[in-house]
Amino acid sequence: MRLWLASMLLCLCVPAAWAAESNAPKLDIGKGGQCVEEPQWMRKNHMHLLKHQRDETLRKGVRDEKLGLKNCIECHASTKDDSVIARDDSFCVGCHRYEAVKIDCFECHSGKRKSAWLQRAAK
Amino acid sequence: MNKAHKINGIDIRRRGFLKTSLGAAAVAVAPGMLLFDLAHGKPEVVSGKVRWGMLIDTTQCKTGCNDCVTACNKENGLSGDNKPTDSQWIRKVELKDAGSGRELSLPMMCQHCENPPCVDVCPTTASFKRADGIVLVDKHRCIGCRYCMMACPYKARSFVHEPLHDQSPDVPRGKGTVEACTLCVHRVDQGMQPACADACPNRAILFGDLNDPQSEIAKKVRSVASVQVRADLRLNPGIRYQGL
Repeated sequence: MRLWLASMLLCLCVPAAWAAESNAPKLDIGKGGQCVEEPQWMRKNHMHLLKHQRDETLRKGVRDEKLGLKNCIECHASTKDDSVIARDDSFCVGCHRYEAVKIDCFECHSGKRKSAWLQRAAK
Repeated sequence: MNKAHKINGIDIRRRGFLKTSLGAAAVAVAPGMLLFDLAHGKPEVVSGKVRWGMLIDTTQCKTGCNDCVTACNKENGLSGDNKPTDSQWIRKVELKDAGSGRELSLPMMCQHCENPPCVDVCPTTASFKRADGIVLVDKHRCIGCRYCMMACPYKARSFVHEPLHDQSPDVPRGKGTVEACTLCVHRVDQGMQPACADACPNRAILFGDLNDPQSEIAKKVRSVASVQVRADLRLNPGIRYQGL
């Protein structure tokens, strides 16, 4: 009986876990693709890379494009509005809202793809 | 016998290979920087051998011409308005000698001092001088106290009072931080010259490496009389003026 209950519980829990997974935000990942590390690693560690790179770039002038915020935006900005912050499902906003982690990167940094910004600025 | 020879031959060649590769590894490790570069792909820590500077020929600078200011505003995403709270990274200054009536016009901006007072006073070391002589604000650390604005004898810095939107991707700017001329550091790092120097119709702004004896600016500084503004403060600015 106990075994049966346990197995029933397991049967109930597994779909619940799936359901939780399906609550995860659906992001507009833009062009997407992997250039630094695999997605799960990046979800955990992207902030350390960005923080390290910003000091290297600003204070020492090391402009390693691969790890710079501008380069992340280049691929991950939405193909619809060229931004990582414009909508609720935008690449940065979607996940940060879900995790309730407030970021202030974009109070100073542009969330737009550079090519799109240049086009707009030219008008 | 033959076989043994062959093996010896391979051994010797292998030994040689190991020796050279070890040597190469030692060379790569020795400077430290090299290893760093390999890991990051781009060998671009700015060099302390370079000293970026400008020589501004005031005799070529026309009264009423504002092209350098406009170019700066466009490049760095400044509004270009004249409200008391609007940022000004470069401004035109018109001078008139009361005695002789001689009139002068010149652009004034951050002078990128060798001994910058703004860096001395900054309580969070947000204000700093890069190895190549460019004085910048690290806005990640700036708390907006504005000591640097008071310390600067050139009134070169501005404070951002209002929230900003739609900044240039190359030039992050934000409310609550101090900012000033960056010598267009994002362009300089790409091998270009600052926007104001590019825009001047009379080529009155000469940009280059003051430390490189072969550079155009170093040659001109050697051959013509030029002054630093407020040289008495002995800050050794990287911006020099000719005909002042």
